[in-house]
Amino acid sequence: MATNPTTGLDDRYTDDAGSVINTRVDQMVNWLLNWGRSNSVWYLLFGLACCAIELMQTGGPRADLERFGSAPRPSPRSSDLIIVAGTLTYKMALRVKRLFDQMSEPRYVISMGSCSNCGGLFQYAYSVCKGVDQIIPVDIYVPGCPPRPEALLEGLLKIQEKIKGEKYLQQRYGVAV
Amino acid sequence: MQPKEMFDVLAAHFGPEVIFDFHADPKKDKDPWFQVKPYEIEAVAEFLKTDARFAIDTLECLTGVDYPDKNHIAVVYHLYSYALRHRLVMKAFLPREDPAIPTVVNVWSVANWHERECYDLLGVLFEGHPDLRRLLLPDDWEGYPLRKDYAEKDEYHGIPTTRPNPLELFQLGKAPAKA
Amino acid sequence: MTDVVFTNEMDEEMLLNMGPHHPSTHGVLRFIVQSDGEIIRKAVPDVGYLHRSIEKIGERCTYPGYMPYTDRVDYLAAMFANEVWAMACEKLMDIQVPPRAQYLRIISCELNRIASHFAISLGTTAMDVGAVTPFPYALREREYINDFIEELCGARLTYNYHRIGGVSFDMPKGWDDKVLKWVDHFERILDEWDRLITHNSIFVKRLANVAIISAEEAVDWGLVGPNLRASGVKWDLRKDDAYSAYANIDFDVPVGSGHYGTTGDCWDRFWLRVAECRESCKILRQAFEQIKKWPEDEIVGDLPKKMRPEGEAYARVESARGDMGCYVIGAGKEEPYRCRFRTGSFNAMSIIEYKSPGLFLADLVALIASLDVVAPEIDR
Repeated sequence: MATNPTTGLDDRYTDDAGSVINTRVDQMVNWLLNWGRSNSVWYLLFGLACCAIELMQTGGPRADLERFGSAPRPSPRSSDLIIVAGTLTYKMALRVKRLFDQMSEPRYVISMGSCSNCGGLFQYAYSVCKGVDQIIPVDIYVPGCPPRPEALLEGLLKIQEKIKGEKYLQQRYGVAV
Repeated sequence: MQPKEMFDVLAAHFGPEVIFDFHADPKKDKDPWFQVKPYEIEAVAEFLKTDARFAIDTLECLTGVDYPDKNHIAVVYHLYSYALRHRLVMKAFLPREDPAIPTVVNVWSVANWHERECYDLLGVLFEGHPDLRRLLLPDDWEGYPLRKDYAEKDEYHGIPTTRPNPLELFQLGKAPAKA
Repeated sequence: MTDVVFTNEMDEEMLLNMGPHHPSTHGVLRFIVQSDGEIIRKAVPDVGYLHRSIEKIGERCTYPGYMPYTDRVDYLAAMFANEVWAMACEKLMDIQVPPRAQYLRIISCELNRIASHFAISLGTTAMDVGAVTPFPYALREREYINDFIEELCGARLTYNYHRIGGVSFDMPKGWDDKVLKWVDHFERILDEWDRLITHNSIFVKRLANVAIISAEEAVDWGLVGPNLRASGVKWDLRKDDAYSAYANIDFDVPVGSGHYGTTGDCWDRFWLRVAECRESCKILRQAFEQIKKWPEDEIVGDLPKKMRPEGEAYARVESARGDMGCYVIGAGKEEPYRCRFRTGSFNAMSIIEYKSPGLFLADLVALIASLDVVAPEIDR
């Protein structure tokens, strides 16, 4: 994935792709595939600590995560998205890597809450990993301690935007542009 | 029974080398405590559980405290009796280089995990414990974190233990360098 | 369960790994299960996946500044952890808490008890046993409680509401009517819950006579709170060693009686938490009545100018998961010298290894769920 040197983000954000108005066939197919993928992002229930409770509440009756097509999955093999909710300790970090490796591509990571963003309020803890991005690459960071369900929904919507902006055929099948 | 009375009965039974040093300063010791000779702790525990005047049926809390300036580690036992509704606090002071004390697991089973945690975080060896190994930290962790002179390592299995400060990393809040 | 005889011919043993990432381990817990397929020979818990060194951090924070960390000791019953830290510091520094603050503490704690028991403990027990539907029902009620506590103190989960010497905010106007209206509604929900789950014959078959813990075992292994009461020991810190303003409030202490099986089985522990929710409703009503006679806005006692206590103190509260104790040692500085939390789930985990031989795998899940263990209390 090429990185834009100015912003440090990868090309998917700064390119325009998947535009509906353009009549090129591969862009239409991209749009269709991305529309399907973004409206069924199944997430892995990876609640570690307090943010896990807010994750459960987000999947609960009021701020319903399933209405966006996101179903909770217990196994990494059948999920697209891993929501790392809670504090990551060194003991758990080795397991997170393994779970992330078991997910099949394309896979996305939401880091939910301060503890998985950067270590949170446990900066002086000897056993806390200062951020899950030291272990796995993160796509979206949702700040909060814990983030409100609405904040997590916003994070999911951003993942959907990210997916919609991808050149899926090119990445996946190497189709020439 | 009141704490002073309990101390007197125990001191009379075990003698002043085993049970000594009663502290009940109302300003500092909100729960009066006394010291126990470490190697006699099992006999004292057995007596406290079986004697009808004490009937201490549970160990509420086992804490380890590190005092590097006094060169000892204190193991604090908070004991309670559901039958007679009284409390007792005992402390055993162990030398810091080689802290070892017999286990009370055979008297109160709840001590099993409390002692494992004390070993894990402070390095106190509980002799006679059926399964003394690390509880909360990974098995290959080096050092005893709750000691006052614990120094955190730079990385664990390749994962760095500090995170760069974003203010310094991205030079935020500073004027941009002139081209 | 009849006696299982283990013979040497049965060496088709396997070592299964349950967790740490598992939908039903109530946080990150890991069990290494030695079984011959379905019946467990031994289940050894492996904890520490959420060890956040909260006790060591206490040696760097000031006494009042440590309050947010106590929330994370048990985030499901955060009010109790706040309260126990506040009480330990008040005992150490001889600070009196004004009566209105005591009642506010009781109200916030009982709301939190209902949230923890009903939504998390009962809901996840039902989910672990297989009934997925009651969990969103329970979460719906927890959303109402989250709304109320958000109006009171600003946060939905990690409250940081209590302060050393009192509480941080007084009730908003009209808040007590809202909560009392909800309590009426909630008692009907509890009746619905009883009809749906508690006396459901399938549920009873799953939980009755599973993992019976007798009263002597419960006391010996240090079980506290609902686990202890379900085994028949009538002990509740709010009645037997009343702290705060609980002495003025009249409520019953339900005790397990082996209604569908033996005293101390999983069903008793489940039923006891439902009964405690009912008692909490009673306590809430009385607390709202009694708080009216204390003047508003007197919510913090007299505090010393600088908190530099010397000495040690141990305070305890009846938390949702049992008797939570906090032992604080002060050494004359602004930071504590040592703070230690004794939590109910820590003791409850140690009994699982002892009770597991002979259980089915599904019963192990039911045992963990009924003991209401949460990972942060174990690991701190």
